[in-house]
Amino acid sequence: MPTILQDPIDSASGATPPVVDVSRQLELELRTTLYEKGGSWRETLVEKGIFVVSLTAIFAILLIFIFVARECLPLILGQVDTARSAELIAPEKAVDLSSEQLAVYLSQPVEKIRPLSPDVLKDLVASRNEELAAHPNPDSKLNTVSWPMLLLPYRWQEYTKAEFIWQPTSLVEKYNLVPLFFGSVKIAVLSLLMAVPLSLMAAIYVSQLASGPVREVVKPVIELLAGVPSVVLGFLALIALASLFQWLFGYEVRLNTFVASVALALALIPVIFTIAEDALSAVPQTHKDAARAMGATEWHATIRVMVPAAFPGIFAAVILGFGRAIGETMVVLMASGNASILSPSIFQSCRTATAAIAAELADAPVDSPHYRVLFLIGFILFVITFVGNVFADVILQRLRARLEGQRGSHDAEPHASSEPNPQEALS
Amino acid sequence: MNSIPQSDVSGQPLDLTSAPTLSQTTLFTALFRSVAFFLVGVVALLVAYIFSQGFHGLNPAFLFGSATSQDSSGMFDVHNAGVFEMVFGTILLVFLMTVLVMPVGVISGIYLNEFSDPNAWTTRIIRSAVNNLAGVPSIIFGLFGLGFFVYFIGGSIDDYVLHTASPVFGKPAVIWAALTLAVLTMPVVVVSTEQALRSVPLPLRDAALGLGATKLQTLRQIVLPQAAPGIITGGILAVSRGAGEVAPIMFTGAAYYLAHLPQSITDQFMELGYHIYILATQSPNVDRTRPLLFATVVVLLLLTFLLNLIAILVRAWTRHRMRSYRA
Repeated sequence: MPTILQDPIDSASGATPPVVDVSRQLELELRTTLYEKGGSWRETLVEKGIFVVSLTAIFAILLIFIFVARECLPLILGQVDTARSAELIAPEKAVDLSSEQLAVYLSQPVEKIRPLSPDVLKDLVASRNEELAAHPNPDSKLNTVSWPMLLLPYRWQEYTKAEFIWQPTSLVEKYNLVPLFFGSVKIAVLSLLMAVPLSLMAAIYVSQLASGPVREVVKPVIELLAGVPSVVLGFLALIALASLFQWLFGYEVRLNTFVASVALALALIPVIFTIAEDALSAVPQTHKDAARAMGATEWHATIRVMVPAAFPGIFAAVILGFGRAIGETMVVLMASGNASILSPSIFQSCRTATAAIAAELADAPVDSPHYRVLFLIGFILFVITFVGNVFADVILQRLRARLEGQRGSHDAEPHASSEPNPQEALS
Repeated sequence: MNSIPQSDVSGQPLDLTSAPTLSQTTLFTALFRSVAFFLVGVVALLVAYIFSQGFHGLNPAFLFGSATSQDSSGMFDVHNAGVFEMVFGTILLVFLMTVLVMPVGVISGIYLNEFSDPNAWTTRIIRSAVNNLAGVPSIIFGLFGLGFFVYFIGGSIDDYVLHTASPVFGKPAVIWAALTLAVLTMPVVVVSTEQALRSVPLPLRDAALGLGATKLQTLRQIVLPQAAPGIITGGILAVSRGAGEVAPIMFTGAAYYLAHLPQSITDQFMELGYHIYILATQSPNVDRTRPLLFATVVVLLLLTFLLNLIAILVRAWTRHRMRSYRA
């Protein structure tokens, strides 16, 4: 509560309880009348307008969800079929068939087939016949975008055993999502293993152990890293780190998971550092003072009192770091080598879900099965990060509310902030 | 609720005095300190390396040169490409983005800090949506921009308003890229605006209200002028973020190579970050493009660092003012 309207007697320590109650009562009434003094209809209108505009963020999230889902919905519902009929259609009969049938035969979207003239259709069917005759592949009868083909291993014609294959540009398109998400998780986990310890140690040091001037230097410098665009980090990994690490470790593949993870860790460090540092700084100093007064050293007080108190925030920082790692595009696109290999080795190339979208969407014709699969990958990524974000958001809001309530009861200093603002750091 | 742990994991009462000895204290403090300084060293090394490699490449011919070859072929010249068109495209893009994002972001921030009831469910959902938007992967914004702005909005304008056969709005364009980036940078603006408004002392508002000003008058004449530097900081940070993003504009407007500068908002454009990606991954001879690449990276870094530096300074100043008010 601001002190401005407080009765002077209230501040004096000798005030009797009834007096305090009356002054509080008056203050509350005054504030209510001041704030709720009804404005003109114009004021009300402007306020309503401001409220409507502030709903934009909700609409944005909803629109992202709807429009990414819209492009992959036919795929989810199983309406897309990449299978080609084994029976050849005589070119003369092409005109008799419906656009839908031809679309399936040519594996093209219906919208593209419909406006074509009969002559063009005849030519298309003829060339399709030649293509099928030249490559009699039983796999071409498969619907490669059905759910089992997207998620389970399959023994393709030229392979000796069932495997997870992502190969959208081969004659029979292979759209198994497992290698891509495996690559995403592999790079994310490896980069988090590097970034989490480093950034948390730095955050604990900066917020609790460092002296004032050191903090003023270290904090902005690490945060400066957040201002480095990810394409620059990817470029560095591609041009400098890859050769340096190859020289140091002597592995074979120049661009691999390890190089990409190091560059990605550089992108994650400022994210995790800032949120964790924020959470640690939000713990009231009184906690630490109490521990110090009981004889704990600065280090004990930090690690036994401050860190446990801020733990939910630190946990949220790691979750948000994971979301960022899974969603990062440019770094992995440039540094990971982009071969969709399902290998546990960290010195092998890998292709992530984000890199697949970035590299392939431009080449995928609109509404083709490939295009829809890429949107499906995007949709899955969106859902994963959405769940992580909501989870982290709830943790941070609760932590902030709790710590702020505590601070309010500890000191009587008027606090301008009445609302929790947990993710300042994120932006 | 009490967040101070009463006992450790094993259920033993917490003993703050005996365990780790003093030497451990010194050891761990030193370890944590060295990690923090290591990170500072990494950042310094990184920046110094890029600048040392690319700084001598910054000459007028490069900065104001075109990507089109000077000889008769008039093709994309990977090895001698100037950056004028890319800088122009980047500035055009972030300018449009700022114009689009600032009103919406600032008004949202004003609502959250000045008008909303912090415990109402609408407020919680708006706040949650803003935080969530900040965590959506940038490539998803690219997909969204393509599916919504380019094909849905742009395609609808072509079909129902212009009735054109060849797409005018229904193809990647600078306006769609700017809109996509505006959605992406909105949380930056909202959060900075809120922070700036919160730094305006409550007694100032009380005084204005007490003198009979209405809520909107107080906002316009007392609160907003005080919060202006902080709000502008938010805009600068958004611009810096937008200038560095590549994934969202890959499908919504950025072009590999164009012979001309964009003439209208429905044209495609070349952009610095995308240009770096192209040069680094598509060049036939990486060693020959290397000096050029580093110089291009320096231009992009100078742009974003400069903006960040301004934002940090303004923010420090605002914080200082806030402290002096409280004291």
